Amino acid sequence: MKKLLECEKIAASYDGTGVIEGLSFSVGEGDYLCILGENGSGKSTLVKCLLGIKQLDSGKITMGQGLRQTDIGYLPQHIDLKKGFPATVYEVVISGCLGRRGLRPFYNAKEKALAKSAMERLGIADLAEKSCRELSGGQQQRMFLARAMCAAKKLILLDEPVTGLDPAATGEMYALINELNKKDGMTIIMVTHDIMRSLNYADHILCLCSSRESFFGTAEEYADSHLAAAMMGGGA
Amino acid sequence: MEELRIMFSPEFFRSILLPALIGGLAVTICASLLGVTLVLKKYSMIGDGLSHIGYGALSVAAVMNLAPLKVALPVVVIAAFILLRLSENSRLSGDSGIALFSTTALSVGILVSSKAGLTNDVSHYMFGSILAMSRRDVVLSIVLSLAVIAAFVILYDRIFSVTFDESFAQATGVRVKRYSMIFAVLTAVTVVLGMMMMGSLLISSLIVIPTLTAMRVCRSFKGVVLVSGTVSAVSFLIGMFSALLLNTAPGASVVIVNVIFFLVFSLAGRLRR
Repeated sequence: MKKLLECEKIAASYDGTGVIEGLSFSVGEGDYLCILGENGSGKSTLVKCLLGIKQLDSGKITMGQGLRQTDIGYLPQHIDLKKGFPATVYEVVISGCLGRRGLRPFYNAKEKALAKSAMERLGIADLAEKSCRELSGGQQQRMFLARAMCAAKKLILLDEPVTGLDPAATGEMYALINELNKKDGMTIIMVTHDIMRSLNYADHILCLCSSRESFFGTAEEYADSHLAAAMMGGGA
Repeated sequence: MEELRIMFSPEFFRSILLPALIGGLAVTICASLLGVTLVLKKYSMIGDGLSHIGYGALSVAAVMNLAPLKVALPVVVIAAFILLRLSENSRLSGDSGIALFSTTALSVGILVSSKAGLTNDVSHYMFGSILAMSRRDVVLSIVLSLAVIAAFVILYDRIFSVTFDESFAQATGVRVKRYSMIFAVLTAVTVVLGMMMMGSLLISSLIVIPTLTAMRVCRSFKGVVLVSGTVSAVSFLIGMFSALLLNTAPGASVVIVNVIFFLVFSLAGRLRR
């Protein structure tokens, strides 16, 4: 398996308190990794480190296969659109092409086609000219996933993509992400609370149990470990 | 009738009205473009704060007999950095921080100028004096405004991305900090130019109102940008000419026309829904 991303003993902190300490894991091309952990266990910090937004205190993150940090398709945690931001779905989706565009001031035909095909792939092509504040929660997340697909060359990083969605939309979202992984060969890293679904879809699990203790291994290994049982509700 | 005749005399038109119109148009368009981002990022008060700080700086410059723009521009640019920082870090929450800074600067300006007996000159900056601008100021306004508009067009997509979703923009490699610095400079320049024409009390309305107007009817970001630029330009022209015809204050007239557009667009937006 060709490695796409490798973290070696990385550590990061906020205001002097260590949030992540000595964490190591790796992601291969085509993997589906779920990152689990309680609130405050450092998941969001880890995401920021992977994206290169936050500096590491020590350790290192290596990218393979020509991947750059700006090539990661990122779906941020819960974006509040209630402010009534005026933007069409197309405007939001194509902004995902900004990273690959470089210093050129306008999008070219290839990037426009990419945005279009991402919207078609996720079934929101007919919403392109709609204002993003008129969308349902599920449609909004698809829009953000399409934007992430525009930015992604090989890897999509999703930070709790189903927060606030109803059960039907949640199921659809998981199915779409799974399809992107299995059919399109997109590598997925997803931060989530949903252990059951993680075990269903993911092939690897990273569990940030506390700043000092963590688990990294395949989904099967995780299911057999005591950690899964503990997180699913006191040794059931 | 006499006034009308003077107003449309070729001499007055060429030497005073035309430069004022061109300079004013350029600055109003800048203000409305930058306003889109400032309003959507909830930084509306920054324009207001900067104009008060600019007033303080201009008064101090006038008293010390320095070129007003040379003092005001750097002071306001620095203030813009500080205010944007305040709004981001928000330990001292943004709007109260802005109030603290701007009223301090305003008071300093009033104190200094009243002590030096310059109230008349300086009141120009309070209420604006678009028809009394020197030729050099007009040329400078036009050049700087064109620079602001060019920067806005070239950076348009990045400005959209940063305004819409900062963390995503950062992840795609947009240096968000750098853009907010550039943005602070553009805003500061626009505010200083605008306050010489419209006055420090009214410039923030040119930043805020056109965007609010456009948002009543537009769905897209591009639509809001285009409509807000157009509405502010049209309001400016209507406001200026009615001020000349009715002999009212130009700055205030422009603002009132802007408000009328806002009301009309609000109604239109409601009817369409």
